[in-house]
Amino acid sequence: MKWYLKIIPLLFILVAWEIVSVILNNPFILPEPASVAAVLMKPTADILGSGSILENSRLSIWRVALGFGLAVACAVPAGIIIGRYQIIEDLVNPIIQLFRPIPPLAWVPLALAWFKIGLPSMVFIIFIGSFFPILINSIDGVRRVNRTWIETASIYGAKGWKLLVYVILPAAAPAIWTGLRVGFGVAWMCVVAAEMLPGTTSGIGYLIMYSYNWGQVQVIIAGMIIIGIIGIGVDILFRAVEKRKFQWQEMNR
Amino acid sequence: MTVVLKNVGKIFAARQKEPLTAIDDISASISRGEFLCILGPSGCGKTTLLRMIGGLDHPTSGEIIVEGTPVTGPDPRLAMIFQEYSLYPWRTVRANVGFGLQMRGIAVPEREEIVNRFIRLVGLEGFGDSYPYELSGGMRQRVAVARALATDPAVLLMDEPFGALDAQTRNRMQKELLLIWEKTKKTVIFVTHSVDEAVYLADRIIVLSPRPGQIAGTYDVDIPRPRDRTSIEFATLRRDVLELIDRLDERQ
Repeated sequence: MKWYLKIIPLLFILVAWEIVSVILNNPFILPEPASVAAVLMKPTADILGSGSILENSRLSIWRVALGFGLAVACAVPAGIIIGRYQIIEDLVNPIIQLFRPIPPLAWVPLALAWFKIGLPSMVFIIFIGSFFPILINSIDGVRRVNRTWIETASIYGAKGWKLLVYVILPAAAPAIWTGLRVGFGVAWMCVVAAEMLPGTTSGIGYLIMYSYNWGQVQVIIAGMIIIGIIGIGVDILFRAVEKRKFQWQEMNR
Repeated sequence: MTVVLKNVGKIFAARQKEPLTAIDDISASISRGEFLCILGPSGCGKTTLLRMIGGLDHPTSGEIIVEGTPVTGPDPRLAMIFQEYSLYPWRTVRANVGFGLQMRGIAVPEREEIVNRFIRLVGLEGFGDSYPYELSGGMRQRVAVARALATDPAVLLMDEPFGALDAQTRNRMQKELLLIWEKTKKTVIFVTHSVDEAVYLADRIIVLSPRPGQIAGTYDVDIPRPRDRTSIEFATLRRDVLELIDRLDERQ
């Protein structure tokens, strides 16, 4: 795709935004792009005494890293075991199917009851949100490992941990990686939502909620743009690794 | 005798259906260095038979003996080459060829030396660092052959290894396989449904009948190599084998 084709819709939105904001002439409903840009140009400036965009983003990223890291550490090994042993899958599948459709935010009250307001309950919400996509992709990846690859390995005497390390894991890695990418996306949405809960005092989600209370709509929009940019940025990183490391997957057929 | 099949049978138990007899009472002996082709239409159980020799499936009756001891599972004396998709796409050619050696814990310097020797043997010098997806179908199967040979098995089991290749590549691969076989003196058991391929390659052809898989005929091929596909002997034998297969078809 030609690069300028990607730019045109963005420019269109920007122009439409400018026009509508001028017509409305009400910064409490839709501020002008320029005032949002002004906020974005000073990411280190303190906003209404609640810290800068940069500081709050850093905090949000840190929370996601904790919850997401914990989810990876639990979901990947669990997924490998479940995908590998049919009996275990039969045992735990009903539980997975039951818990998976519960939106992470539905866990919030329980999280608050268990962990009180603060870092642990946010980490818990993020964990719940990213756990299932990672788990399900890991199970799927392990289960779909080409049978010929496993049989070839057994022909050459590979079993146990050797089979796991040299065949199952590399073969399932692309699916697991997809799980991580999707899981991170969910985690990022969860942290922003969790930070909007009453009682939170920091984070990019808090910042935009706080700005709403003060009628600072330009900060809300600036915060949303930052959330989007960080989300895209991490996704691009995941895809870049995928392209470099798992190129074989698409070229295999 | 390198491989002895003693009254080998395989019955698949099917739920709510009659059990299926895939292989019924097959006995045969394969001598050291022999090139045996197992020929038959699809569904005759030839792949099942080969998988049992390779230890990937177990006979429900009878016994398979390799160099005096029975086969009970995957066995270092046997290496198997599949039709396709058996190479590890995340490994380079070199790492694929070295896979069996790595699994057996051969140290890197020795492994490298063996790997290079077999990459040369199958004519893939210069492709050691390529990935399977960068190779043609024929080259991939050469990698699979090199990987099998690198572990120095007594018997090479090949399950329609050239079945997915185009006709020209297939003929070239057959020629090269014979050269490699002559150099390495391995016992080869080669499964195919192509009469032409069997007559071109084999010292002996065993024809299997479908459902149940039984030996329907055995042909010794004494045509000297390299064989000429257009020669009268070649055509005569091919016709005889085809006639047998046609008769089996009619019986169905």
